[in-house]
Amino acid sequence: MKSAVVVFPGSNRERDMIAAIEKITGHRPAVVWHGDHDLPKVDLIVVPGGFSYGDYLRSGAIAAREPIMGAIAREAERGVGVLGVCNGFQILCEAGLLPGVLMRNAGLKFICKEVELRVETTDSRFTRGYAKGQVIRSPVAHGDGNFRTDDETLKRLQDEDRVAFRYVDNPNGSIDDIAGILSEKRNILGMMPHPENLIEPLNGGTDGRPLFEAALAAVA
Amino acid sequence: MKARVTVTLKNGVLDPQGKAIEGALGALGFAGIGSVRQGKVFDIEVEGTDAVKAKAELEAMAAKLLANTVIENYRVEIVD
Repeated sequence: MKSAVVVFPGSNRERDMIAAIEKITGHRPAVVWHGDHDLPKVDLIVVPGGFSYGDYLRSGAIAAREPIMGAIAREAERGVGVLGVCNGFQILCEAGLLPGVLMRNAGLKFICKEVELRVETTDSRFTRGYAKGQVIRSPVAHGDGNFRTDDETLKRLQDEDRVAFRYVDNPNGSIDDIAGILSEKRNILGMMPHPENLIEPLNGGTDGRPLFEAALAAVA
Repeated sequence: MKARVTVTLKNGVLDPQGKAIEGALGALGFAGIGSVRQGKVFDIEVEGTDAVKAKAELEAMAAKLLANTVIENYRVEIVD
């Protein structure tokens, strides 16, 4: 199981992501720079959190137009798994790989705390290690986590069982309490919370571990 | 040639920043404000003299990068 972590100027959660993947697989993921046009052959591509390009213009907007995004879109089309966390989720939405957009938190404050998430579907390589309805803990750290879509897109996400996680107590005003969504082919997951920060007991919990264990084992 | 691209939130899209500004204006004693919506203005200098061509190019820039058309509208003007 090979993986790659994509780094943009202003990414800052890539180290946590690399450490989490290395802890679970025993292998260090490839680290890919944003200006590259190609990705190594991997089974999971991760776009980590941070403040790519200082959140200039809109969160994730400039990173989403970078050369590496074309390669990510091509790999995703082939069925390779793509995980976007926090700024990574914002980038995937801006790139059109996931629907919707992450707007300023409804309360305007940057939120850095632990929240509870409900696992809404187990029908994906990322969530099959959990039980449906299971409540897990996860840290959030974002200013623009307010997920919005038009009504038609929201209905599609609901009808197609593509809401992966909902907040138990919505911290940011996201429509329908949505914390994470899946792509149409279910191989792309975008989520605002940081599962990579709950991997071992020293982190204060291991609720993020099943996500990586499942995603990193999905392709034998 | 100078151009201006104005990006505004679509109707119905929640604008927490606009709401906060609205509240602050009220707190400063400005009465009679119905609502405030915040947007962005891009002043862009374009080379060449063909306004039609420049406008088409600016429309493409707005659609591709300057606005997120999921939540925003844009307007392109050639200023001079």
